[in-house]
Amino acid sequence: MKQTAQVVAIAVAAIIALFGAANGSDALFRAHFGILFIVLVLAAFLLLRREEKPTDDPDAYMDGPIKYGTIATLFWGVVGLLAGVAIAAQLAWPELNLEPYFNFGRMRPLHTSAVIFAFGGNALICTSFYVVQRTTRARLFGGDLAWFVFWGYQLFIIMAATGYLLGSTQSKEYAEPEWYVDLWLTIVWVAYLLVFLGTILKRKEPHIYVANWFYLSFIVTVAMLHVVNNLALPVSLSGTISYSAFAGVQDALTQWWYGHNAVGFFLTAGFLGMMYYFMPKQAERPVYSYRLSIVHFWSLIFLYIWAGPHHLHYTALPDWAQTLGMVFSVMLWMPSWGGMINGLMTLSGAWDKIRTDPVIRLMVMALAFYGMSTFEGPMMSIKSVNSLSHYTDWTIGHVHSGALGWVGMISFAAIYFLVPRLFGAKQLYSLRLVNWHFWLATLGIVVYAAVMWVSGIQQGLMWREYDPEGFLVYSFAESVAAMHPYYVLRALGGLLYLAGALVMVFNIYMTIKGRIRDEAPLVTQHPTPAPAE
Amino acid sequence: MSIMSKHQKLETNATLLLIFSFLAVTVGGLVEIVPLFYMDNTIEKVEGVRPYSPLELKGRRIYIREGCYLCHSQMVRPFRDEVERYGPYSLAAESMYDRPFQWGSKRTGPDLARVGDRYSNEWHVQHLIHPQSVVPESVMPSYAFLAETPLDTSLIEEHLETNRLLGVPYDDAMIESAAADLAAQADPEADWDGLLARYPKAKTGDFDGDPSRLTELDALIAYMQMLGTLVDFSTYDAEAHYR
Amino acid sequence: MDYESLRHAADSWGLLYLVLLFLAAVGFAFRPGGRQAADEAANIPLKED
Repeated sequence: MKQTAQVVAIAVAAIIALFGAANGSDALFRAHFGILFIVLVLAAFLLLRREEKPTDDPDAYMDGPIKYGTIATLFWGVVGLLAGVAIAAQLAWPELNLEPYFNFGRMRPLHTSAVIFAFGGNALICTSFYVVQRTTRARLFGGDLAWFVFWGYQLFIIMAATGYLLGSTQSKEYAEPEWYVDLWLTIVWVAYLLVFLGTILKRKEPHIYVANWFYLSFIVTVAMLHVVNNLALPVSLSGTISYSAFAGVQDALTQWWYGHNAVGFFLTAGFLGMMYYFMPKQAERPVYSYRLSIVHFWSLIFLYIWAGPHHLHYTALPDWAQTLGMVFSVMLWMPSWGGMINGLMTLSGAWDKIRTDPVIRLMVMALAFYGMSTFEGPMMSIKSVNSLSHYTDWTIGHVHSGALGWVGMISFAAIYFLVPRLFGAKQLYSLRLVNWHFWLATLGIVVYAAVMWVSGIQQGLMWREYDPEGFLVYSFAESVAAMHPYYVLRALGGLLYLAGALVMVFNIYMTIKGRIRDEAPLVTQHPTPAPAE
Repeated sequence: MSIMSKHQKLETNATLLLIFSFLAVTVGGLVEIVPLFYMDNTIEKVEGVRPYSPLELKGRRIYIREGCYLCHSQMVRPFRDEVERYGPYSLAAESMYDRPFQWGSKRTGPDLARVGDRYSNEWHVQHLIHPQSVVPESVMPSYAFLAETPLDTSLIEEHLETNRLLGVPYDDAMIESAAADLAAQADPEADWDGLLARYPKAKTGDFDGDPSRLTELDALIAYMQMLGTLVDFSTYDAEAHYR
Repeated sequence: MDYESLRHAADSWGLLYLVLLFLAAVGFAFRPGGRQAADEAANIPLKED
């Protein structure tokens, strides 16, 4: 049996987990390790039952983890969006909170981590494995290490998600998992870097294509951010709780240096790598300006890392750091739009594809939302704007126009591209359903962003409104009550976006089954007129 | 080697690409974060800020566990409306022992940096068990289970010890008496002299309305009732710092 | 290390250094001889599936 080593390793890990479940120094740790034990036993059981597969051709591309990755991306996407709709509904109807495990405070990290790390992370890992092999013409480095990255990352997601509901969190936004989960992610991430970098090093193509630069900088920077921001000392090696290595103002800046660059490198650089490969592939033409993409790369990664302090305007962070954050955030507008223009202009000479190809349409809309949110972001980082927008729903709307619009749509497009190729289907089951997905998602984002914009600005204005006698006009509770209609509409926007994702799941399922929907073509084909010379 | 072919080298050498991208992304963080640890004026010198008492520290862990920071900030900005609504704007020194910080990023509910002493313990109990019964407009979830959950008091010395290793000035006496201080603070019958000498201005007595046992609700309210109360702002000129 | 000296360095030499670095990077990317190499690189994704 070939998998003996793996089964033994998982069994040993399961025994350690069982030990933690029995002897942990707090109830949370025992429960969390009990879950880990069950997951590992299931994994060992499934691995034992798996039939021996013929080893694939060592010279061919390794597509197994990528195929699993596309499905994991969709699965976690639906989970994350569902959690989002649930917490949106909780804000509109607080009686939907089910204490203690499903209260808003525990569900919200579940939503953010599920969409960023589970959905976005799986999309990044599987597309980066695909892109790096195709652009270096080399098989993934490290043999089964790529499988370890895939399954190890799923284990991280499950431990993080169950931990949040149980109450295990270190309260750093988008870095909530406690120290033992952080350590596990570090191991998985180093393996990821090894696979990716190793593949580049053994490439057969002399030049390293720019998409790989973006992916590589994303992997390296996230490693650095993750390690530094999560520096903490656990109270006990068999307990959940740890204390941050930084305190107060230093901790705040470290966290938002991390938090903003989780946006910059996880949600931007990585997905730009995706864009720089899949946009040219789907449009069947090279990127508009390769040299612009080089400038885009260096200026983006250099500028982004400075922008974090704009999350701390007017706080107890020293002014000089706030100003630095603001200046670099505003400058960031330029490379962002350079990249957007580069992506969009790739279609120059083939603009009709927006009409005929709904996958291209998804990519174009993704870039449009990228452009919109990278304009809105620098604007909100200006201190006077921020004094109004900070702490309000405006920020939430801004994040979602980037996350639903840019990250979501470019990932959907990449998966629509990948699935027929990976699973040996001739084409997608239905282009009309892709079109439905496109419109449901677009409508959902527009509703969401518009509603949060209005509610955020109204909130900000109500908090600071004075009457002629110089008294504050509104109590805080009145501003909460005023938000109710917006919160209902926001849940509706999220529901539309989720509905689009479910249409996609159905479409992909049928595509994998090899079915092709009997439908009228999306665009009536006219005979091409002879070009006028 | 000419300059032009050097650039070619960068684009075709993965290790160099890795090193240069890593350099590009470290500069910003180094320039912004490192000086915060060395510059004298990062944290102003203020009287009154002290490490958390054992019960407050435990309460703070519950505040963190329940994700309160997701809807409540603890950072009053220096604007007229915020100062009038919440109290004097927050100073860096006030969170110097906060590991991790709890400044927050969203106000679905009001700021809590100075919520201490604003409401009675009874109000907090009522509010945490059924928020809408005291604030009808509230969208806050119920935390009734906190009143039913006994506080886990194990490893309290280790909690303080861990903080001390990281630089929080807990002295030997504080660590030795940690378990006793933890029990005494919420016990209406206890002698609080030692506790108050070690942790001035700590709130004492029963918090959750049930003196017979120590619950998570006791700890959370003990923490919330001291928030923002340590610095004496009658001697601090806040008006001079409006922006 | 105090605020004033850092501020002074950032306003003068720091600023100049970063501007020159940026111009050098742009000049590098768009140098006249680089077009062919860039075109070849841009076509890498289209070479095969």
